[in-house]
Amino acid sequence: MRRAIEDLGFLALRFVDDLGKLALFTLRILAARFTPPLRCGAFVTELFKLGVLSLIIICVSGMAVGMVLGLQGYNTLVRFGAEQSLGAVVGLSLIRELGPVLTALLTTGRAGSATAAEIGSMVATEQLDGLRMMSINPVHLVVTPKASAMIAVMPLLSALFIVCGLFGGYAVGVGLMGLDGGTYMSSLQSAVDFHDDVLGSLLKALIFGVLIGLISTYRGYTSAPTSEGVSAATTSTVVIGSVSVLIFDYFITALWGV
Amino acid sequence: MAFGSRVVFDSLSCGFPRGKISVILGGSGSGKSTILRLVGGLVQPRSGVILVEGQDIVGLAERRMYEVRRKLGMMFQGGALLDSLTVFDNLAFPLREHTRLTETEVAAEVQNRLDAVGMSNVGDLLPGQLSGGMLKRAALARAIIRKPSILLCDEPFSGLDPASTKRIERLLVRMNRDSSVTMLVVSHHIPSTMRMADRVLLLLPQGAVEGQPQELRAHADPRVTAFLNEVPDLDAESLEDPDEPPAGKAVRARGGMR
Repeated sequence: MRRAIEDLGFLALRFVDDLGKLALFTLRILAARFTPPLRCGAFVTELFKLGVLSLIIICVSGMAVGMVLGLQGYNTLVRFGAEQSLGAVVGLSLIRELGPVLTALLTTGRAGSATAAEIGSMVATEQLDGLRMMSINPVHLVVTPKASAMIAVMPLLSALFIVCGLFGGYAVGVGLMGLDGGTYMSSLQSAVDFHDDVLGSLLKALIFGVLIGLISTYRGYTSAPTSEGVSAATTSTVVIGSVSVLIFDYFITALWGV
Repeated sequence: MAFGSRVVFDSLSCGFPRGKISVILGGSGSGKSTILRLVGGLVQPRSGVILVEGQDIVGLAERRMYEVRRKLGMMFQGGALLDSLTVFDNLAFPLREHTRLTETEVAAEVQNRLDAVGMSNVGDLLPGQLSGGMLKRAALARAIIRKPSILLCDEPFSGLDPASTKRIERLLVRMNRDSSVTMLVVSHHIPSTMRMADRVLLLLPQGAVEGQPQELRAHADPRVTAFLNEVPDLDAESLEDPDEPPAGKAVRARGGMR
């Protein structure tokens, strides 16, 4: 019993210690972000790697989710004779919840893990120490562009996911189920509020971007300099990133109503 | 100096003369590379003083350490080249970061260093396309590109063919004689070591022995001469007289890094 309490205490201390280190790491990234040179080239490269290379998975997933929503939504709504509200159901589900959350989960799996693995392998092969010895701050050169790019691409990817989802819902509802296209669009238009729904959705995606950007770079940067360390950093990025997104999603929704 | 509970060495005191070549010898895990990393400020000792050209670097803030490292060049055991850049760009990187040289001047400097290490035609290759020996030479070229006043070399001869070993040895000696570069070389290559070294620091489990190569050749401690004569399967314990500490242990305590 005493051992179990000790273990619990140890885990709690380690969690607090990790949180503290993550906070300091965040401050270092912030300081580096505003220290010249701004490394715009590296930032654009990371935008391409994290954003453009995620386009296919985001578009395909968004379309698939939209189609499923359209199908399930139509079959449910038709029971109550409310199938003309399909646009509102698909739109609000995607914009308020599924778009930001699923995009964040997909991005954690694709781009977050890649970021952690890339930084982790640079630790393992002493590339970051090599930079330090050349008087180049690795947080400034390597970490900050990646974290910044993650924050920047997340709202854009989420918006793209939502658009693809809306199109998928339209394709199923209108193309397959025979719903009137005008009805779908007017239902969507009247139900969605730009300020509350769209801006809220983008804000949510931005917060998820901050979470994933920090977690993936921190896990990679602090990984053990071994193959096993890189593997552990990658895995923990996906696990901690995904769980954090879901937990934060609940609190953002509960507290801000977004 | 310790990593966690593992003590690498205790109460080590040694000095490396300015403008001379000092070679650090010792068995695997004796802490040779750790000394270089201590001098480079990449790891911190638990206690003590490390003077680099008169400045104590223990506990120095990372930002201040970057200024100290401008005087240092380090060749890592595994190369530590940035694997996403070509060899040319790896060498050009510190010049682009820290100098105002034009691209033409940078290219000339890089080619000059590549010629010096016998790698004139590999500038376009990525580090992953180089053999182990070529990687070493490229790493050395990058370490000397900014003309450091102190050069730290971690195993510069390992994995090199005899011709390349001679070439690197000659290059290091020439740099030292022409530019009075202070060199700390970690090596297992006894013949090269004894030819080029002005001072040798030999790390043994019972303590460090320091002196000129010829002094160590004639050392009273049989473990020292056995190590330098590359006696196979050396059993240090069997050579040690427990009642009489090795005379070589007295040869130390010269203060910190000069």
